[in-house]
Amino acid sequence: MSDIDRVVTVPIGPQHPALKEPESFMVDLRGEKIDAVRIRFGYNHRGIEKGCETRSYTQDLYLVERVCGICSFSHSTAFIHAVEEIAGLEVPVRAKYIRTIIGELERIHSHLLWLGVAGHEIGFDTLLMYTWRDREQVMILLARLTGNRVNYGINTYGGVRRDIAPDMMPEILKVVDSLEERTKHYIELAMREQTLIQRLSGVGKLSKEDALFLGTVGPTARASGVDRDARRDDPYLAYPDLEFKVVIDDHCDVYGRTIVRLGELMQTYSILRQLIKKIPDGPITVKAPRRIPEGEAVSRYEAPRGEDVHYVRGNGTEKPERVKVRAPTLANTASVGKMLEDGYLADLPIVVAAIDPCFSCTDRMVGVRESGTESRGAGRKTMTWEEVSRYGVEWHKARGLDFSSLGIPGGIEA
Amino acid sequence: MRAPRHHLGEMVSSVLGSLFRKPATIRYPYAPFKMPDRFRGPPKWESDKCIGCKLCSRDCPSQAITITKVGEKRFDQTVDLGKCVFCGQCAETCPRKVITMTPDFELAQIDKQNLKITYHASPAPAAPAPQPAAAPEPAKGAGEPTV
Amino acid sequence: MSWVVAGVNILIFPGMFFLLVLGLAGQFVDRKLYARLQSRVGPPWFQPVADFFKLLGKESVIPEEADRRMFVMAPVFALAAVVAAYLYIPLWSTKPIFSFYGDLVVVLYLLLIPTLTFFLGGWYSRSIFSTLGAVRSITQLFAYEIPLLIALLSPALLADTWSISGMTAYYQAHPWYWLFNLIGLGVALVTLLGKLERVPFDAPEAETEIVAGSFTEYSGRHLAFFRMAIDAEAIVSSSLVAAVFLPFGLGLPLWLGIIVYLAKLAGILFVLALLRTVFARLRMDQMINFCWRYVAPIAFLQVIIDLVLKEFL
Repeated sequence: MSDIDRVVTVPIGPQHPALKEPESFMVDLRGEKIDAVRIRFGYNHRGIEKGCETRSYTQDLYLVERVCGICSFSHSTAFIHAVEEIAGLEVPVRAKYIRTIIGELERIHSHLLWLGVAGHEIGFDTLLMYTWRDREQVMILLARLTGNRVNYGINTYGGVRRDIAPDMMPEILKVVDSLEERTKHYIELAMREQTLIQRLSGVGKLSKEDALFLGTVGPTARASGVDRDARRDDPYLAYPDLEFKVVIDDHCDVYGRTIVRLGELMQTYSILRQLIKKIPDGPITVKAPRRIPEGEAVSRYEAPRGEDVHYVRGNGTEKPERVKVRAPTLANTASVGKMLEDGYLADLPIVVAAIDPCFSCTDRMVGVRESGTESRGAGRKTMTWEEVSRYGVEWHKARGLDFSSLGIPGGIEA
Repeated sequence: MRAPRHHLGEMVSSVLGSLFRKPATIRYPYAPFKMPDRFRGPPKWESDKCIGCKLCSRDCPSQAITITKVGEKRFDQTVDLGKCVFCGQCAETCPRKVITMTPDFELAQIDKQNLKITYHASPAPAAPAPQPAAAPEPAKGAGEPTV
Repeated sequence: MSWVVAGVNILIFPGMFFLLVLGLAGQFVDRKLYARLQSRVGPPWFQPVADFFKLLGKESVIPEEADRRMFVMAPVFALAAVVAAYLYIPLWSTKPIFSFYGDLVVVLYLLLIPTLTFFLGGWYSRSIFSTLGAVRSITQLFAYEIPLLIALLSPALLADTWSISGMTAYYQAHPWYWLFNLIGLGVALVTLLGKLERVPFDAPEAETEIVAGSFTEYSGRHLAFFRMAIDAEAIVSSSLVAAVFLPFGLGLPLWLGIIVYLAKLAGILFVLALLRTVFARLRMDQMINFCWRYVAPIAFLQVIIDLVLKEFL
């Protein structure tokens, strides 16, 4: 019966209801079983790194913040750490604590968001509605503390822009208490609800060896038993003063990733309580120079999705010479192919969602392929910045959009 | 390793409870929604206090601000809300602190031009210009859209 | 004049028009309950009507690859079959519009047709997502249809008749006997979720996997008719369950009878909405496993109970 063995290719993406961002998964199916998956990036390249080089450090701060909508604070803090290291700025302790508070609140909203999305991917929309309802508390709190629900804009070189008023501290604790209760409820739910366990456990297996070999980070790695957390391994901000446990799990599947994230939420609540107890008085900012001296720095930040790495090189001017962002999703994507091996099509959405992907943050490169060449390597060539600009302008012109009058940075004229 | 007992329909009691509680969502355009006080909406200038240093427009990450000189020590400020990312850096940078962030968030417009908001300096007074305690001028009200 | 009465009965009340209005109302009740259970406000009462007319006014795109005739016919067939099935179900009296010996089997067959049209519509769309959805529809059919059949069979065994009106008459004569069939009622409600392709058995139209399954390529009025058929199917199958498993309050005056009937429907819709709120979607293999390993044996248990009871009563 060769018909049963026939492989059907299903295109999941670049546009598909399971994916919140454009990314392509070409899935070869035998029946409902997955035979092979081909992942392709590059649908959402925004040129943020290059954009950073043409803007001043002050402007870059807000650009980098927009690498990701959910972990915006992670990116802005990772970037600002690198710049502060080059400039040799010593951030006041209170500012460090405020940054840590915002960072941990962001982790809460990111993990609750993830839990809801995971529920949606397995058709459990009630879980989505409930977690997002609870998440609203932390969103409103963040808006009250920083002035916005996402892209908080609270960081500034040498400190933070807004202080947390003393009367806000009990408000934070109130939200923490109420969310802790809810999280306990979700942990119980995850432990007991039969359909949830059936859909999550045993799905998207990733052994510890594979997790290490494929370079996974964050909850994805920790759910495979990799004991790694930048907050403990390379402490920054207020983390050296704090007591917390790195949650690891050895289920090695989507269920484990759920347990790790829920466990991290509980840790975060305890971290926030310590922060509020220990936060010292003092200034929240020091004066920062507009020109950042020559030098380079790499900074690590444990974003909710995993370790976020930023590299900045300054050349003594107001603009950085090079900015490089390694978003956590990039490190985790390679593992998706491994997790999907021998899985079901029905499990693809939840397996992809389980690494908490953020594809726009990840896209770093656009491959230009000569038409007619089939294989990926063929027709590849290196272009200078000017050539890329010209190529882009011409590409759009051929499709009826004339951008040549915009004065594209990189020095090309109409 | 497995959790001891599995249940079907673990959420039944909590969803049934929701039936008798107020829903978490609101009928938004009909029911009012307010952002917190310190919410960063569009920036607003006190035009008469502006000294025209253009630092705000220089620091603006999205090049949304234009300052134009309209007379002796008088400046008009235009912000393009289509470009503005509401980061508030302009208010931060301003040496005279004449920029405040308003908590409006319902900014949708049908015509893109209406997103450009200009704050006008008050007409050139006959007497020598600077008046430290300049009372709120008509210009302080909602900006007029330029065309 | 009898053909006029029959025409009115079939087309208007309590036939097609009444069914379609009930279908839209049922959709509203379901969506509102689903929303309230999820702590949301939910849609206003006219939303299903607005959706229906909006879809009627939209362009209906038929894929080039699709088999045009089958693609267009599938929704019409679905709706027609559902309306036809409604005519044989006793609603608020023991007498439906039409009835004959064995109409239970006919109603079950007619209720099978919508699922078959989902398959045909999806299959002839020729799109990969539709095809997968179509295959899943038909695979799932084999899992839930047999427990459903067995569950509906057992009250018939007890009443010793294959006609629904005969069954209702029997239970009318023995007022409390329907309590023996509560297990069957549970099985029927669970399998209805499969028939209506709702969570946890909505794999055939799992949005996050295969977009909308069979309906991926449907748009405009064809989609509107499909949606209408599904809404009507929910009402018809709930009515069938009400007639078979909740056969009380049938000899009442018309207005009271209608109220009792609507209350029964609302109860069944509430249970269906509640069930789809509290579960995650099962995978195809898990769904089939669940139906055969748990639901079918329970349905058989009901048959055995009824056979034993028949000996003693």
